[in-house]
This record gives sequence, structure tokens and C-alpha cells, in this order.
Amino acid sequence: MAQTENWRPSASIEMIRARAEMLSHIRQYFDRIGVLEVDTPVCSRFAATDPAIESFSTSYTGPEAVHGLDLYLHTSPEFPMKRLLAAGSGPIYQICKVFRNGELGRRHNPEFTLLEWYRPGLDYHQLMDEVADLINVLTARPLQIERLTYAEAFERRLGLNPHAVDLDQLRQCAIKEGVPGAGRLAIEGRDGWLDLLLSHLIEPQLGQAGLTFLYDYPASQAALARVREDRYPMAERFELYVSGMEIANGFQELTNADHQRKRFSEDNRRRRQSRLAEVPMDEGLLDAQAAGMPECSGVAVGLDRLLMVLTGTLDIRQVVTFDLSRA
Amino acid sequence: MMCAAIDMFREDVMASYSTNEFKGGLKIMLDGDPCSIIENEFVKPGKGQAFNRVKIRNLKTGRVLEKTFKSGESVEGADVHETEMQYLYNDGEFWHFMDPESYEQVSADQAAVAESAKWLKEQDVCLVTLWNGAPIIVEPPKFVILNVADTDPGLKGDTSGSGGKPATLETGAVVRVPLFVQIGEAIKVDTRSGEYVSRAKED
Repeated sequence: MAQTENWRPSASIEMIRARAEMLSHIRQYFDRIGVLEVDTPVCSRFAATDPAIESFSTSYTGPEAVHGLDLYLHTSPEFPMKRLLAAGSGPIYQICKVFRNGELGRRHNPEFTLLEWYRPGLDYHQLMDEVADLINVLTARPLQIERLTYAEAFERRLGLNPHAVDLDQLRQCAIKEGVPGAGRLAIEGRDGWLDLLLSHLIEPQLGQAGLTFLYDYPASQAALARVREDRYPMAERFELYVSGMEIANGFQELTNADHQRKRFSEDNRRRRQSRLAEVPMDEGLLDAQAAGMPECSGVAVGLDRLLMVLTGTLDIRQVVTFDLSRA
Repeated sequence: MMCAAIDMFREDVMASYSTNEFKGGLKIMLDGDPCSIIENEFVKPGKGQAFNRVKIRNLKTGRVLEKTFKSGESVEGADVHETEMQYLYNDGEFWHFMDPESYEQVSADQAAVAESAKWLKEQDVCLVTLWNGAPIIVEPPKFVILNVADTDPGLKGDTSGSGGKPATLETGAVVRVPLFVQIGEAIKVDTRSGEYVSRAKED
């Protein structure tokens, strides 16, 4: 039988070196500013409840679990890292593989590398500064930094207030702006339409001159961010875009166990509604928050995408050693 | 039993595809027309709705368009396939083709034959795209051998082929040929570029 070339890595050796160098600089950076590297379990009895994120599952069978114990591969190390914060770890970071089912494309691989860090005492604006600071350590020249609220981005590009408009106005906007097929898209809820407008019309323009931080999201997209009462309730959340690509997502972290439990339950309710499997919420995190989690900000950076940006690569397959088709 | 078998066949024909099955070359129905996927891009915010941004060719019009689907949506498949068929004749309105194995005949209209008409010579084998059994695209062979019906008599002694002159072929196509090519000669033409390749060798 003819030998295939599929044994070869999808990344060049040069790229593999660039990745090693990036990781080394990141570790040096955190060492210098006194943030501790930690390592938390990849497999957990709990899963991310977010209906837009699908966990892989597996099971452990053996001592203490004769009939098998259902486990989920983490989609981010967020929950156990917050438990460490509550236990008094101080500032911590982690570089690890995370897993998300159903995501594959030019900018997605179902397993990818996240850098996640938490800063007790820093607010999310200070953390944005730190993210920019870290990235500028990795680039040859410092990049220009732009900060834009979610509302400003929508107003500037589409002339609408994303916190005030209703579903039909969002739909009409997508049609008017020529999103192909928008008229027949069956998207339930405002957030899905906001995602459509953001991903098709706004994102491509973000971070074209450097780093663009988008911040203060609709409360309905708070995920695990704290919500501030303002004219409209505002999620203290930010995302970083470079070259039109989402690189990082950060929060002023929700620390209140009761609010956290409500969000988990609401996620599971939406899962049922969308006929997705409900998943067990992290009781460990809820207990940790009840015991006292310090006020902090936290952020996750997609390192594969960051490497794409640093090396000017357009396809994620070229920055991971073996993409899914070769794994 | 027969009925069950037929039903199964029908279901197969009317297959629908989820966005997870999208890939280049997949044939789907869109707004009533058969289309072929050229490119499929998965777009998803870290925490939000996933979409598939797809580049599609409408097989009836040849136009390329973009379309966004919500990930997980299903789309009806199009019963489209390509097959080699022999060109038989033109009756003034339709071009008739025959499957060389089953001897089954189909007729293609002007819209399906389009620009290919000027290369069609009886007996030549073409690539025909059928939708629900009817031709929607006819592609001529990559190279055809056609007789020169008309051209200016070239300058004697010029064999360099530089410059060239227009020649009308037996099918009506006009191509640039070297000056030495004469009326009645058979030439080989590349139908993709519409360019003269060589004089056809008699063999």
C-alpha cells in the first residue's frame, strides 16, 4: 500500500520552535511579575454549563469506581483555578490543553492551548493593561492599543445600540447590511443575532491596527463575569481582537455563590430548551465561592491563535503539531 | 418488499445534510436551485452562536454566492451527478446526448449548453451534469479536433506562426490560428482557453 504523508506534523519545525519560544517568554513574564504557575485536572466530574460550549466526556472505571465514573474533559481550567484562589493561592496562571466538541475550522481545533490567569486585587481594566503588556513582550514592536465598548463598536459600524434594540431590529439590520441568507436564519434570541452581526460585520474590522479590546458586554452574555447596574445592566467582560480574530476573553470575576448557582441553573434550563444534555454544575466552585473567593479579574488567551497572529498564519492547522486529521 | 426498497431509494435521493457534513463539492438545494459548495468556513465566538459561512456555486446560473447558516441546521441535498455522454445532434432547439453504456438519451437546452455549444461536434464525449436526470451543465472535451471552415489564405512562406489570423471552425467557433493554417485543415483546440494547440495529425 502506498505510504501516506499523514504521519508528518501539520506545523513546520520552524513553527514548533516559534511555539516553544512563545511559551518560554510567557513563563518568564509571569515569573517576573510574581504569578504562580499551577496545574489542575483535565478530567472532572463537573462540566461547563454554557450552552454554546460542548464538553467531551469519558469515564473512569477501577478502584473506587467499579461501575464507572462519568468525567468531562475541561473546556477551560476556570473552575478549579477559582477554587485555588479561594484556598489562598494568590495570583496564578496555567498553560494547558482544553477540549471543545464540535469546533473545527480555520480558527478552531477541538483541542487547543489556553493560557489562563487570575489577578486578585486587579480589576478587569487593569487586567486588559496586563494582557497588552504580555503581548507586547512577545511582539517585535509594541502594538497600538484600542479600547472600545461593545456598544461603541455596534454604534460605529451599524448605528445601533446593542443594549436597546429588539430582535426584529437586529434581524432587519443583518438583512440591510447584506449578511447573506440573514432573512431565512432561524436564530432564537437577541444574543444569537448580536453574535451574527458581531462575527460577520464588526469582528473583521477589529484589531487591524494592533490590539482592540472590546468590553462591557450585554448582561445576557455575562458568562462568568460580574454584572454592573448601569443605564443597562453591563457585564464586566472583555475580549481581545487582533487582525479580526478573537484572541482572549476576560472577566471581572463573579465571586458570589448564589449568583453563580443561578447562572449555572439558567444555563442548564437553556440547554434543556435547545435539547442539549444537561451537565453537572461544579459544586466545588460553588462551595469555594461560599467559603470566600477573593475579588479578582481573570482572562483566557488562546495560544494557538496568538501564535497565528505572531507568525502571520491564517490556518490553525499550521500552528499545532498535529491537527485533528493527523492526531 | 419492493415498495420498501423504492422508498429507501427515494429517501436516499432526498437526503438532507447538516452543516457538519458541509465540504467542498457537496451538492445542496438552495432557493430551489441545485448548488455546489465551494468553501465552508466555521465561525464561532468563544461564547456564542456558531455559524457556517459558505461559498456556493449555483449550478444552473454558474453564479458564485455566499450564504450563512446557523451551525446544526439541515439543508436538502441536490440529486446532481456528472456523467460522460456522447453528443449526438442538435435539432435546432435542443442538443441531444446519449449515455454510451445504457444508450439512454437526454436533451439539453440553450441554458445548459451555453458557451459549450461552439465546441460540440457529433460523436464527441462530453461531461454532462444531470440534476434530477436532466442536463444542467455541458462541458466539452478539454481538447477538440475541428475543421477550419473559413480563414484568409495566409502569406506564403510564413511558417513562424507569429501574428496569426482568425479562423472560423466547422462548429462556428472562431479561434486565432497561425498564418499557415488553411481552409479544410483539422486543428486541435484547447476548449478551456479557446486557443489553437496544433494542426491535427492524420492517424
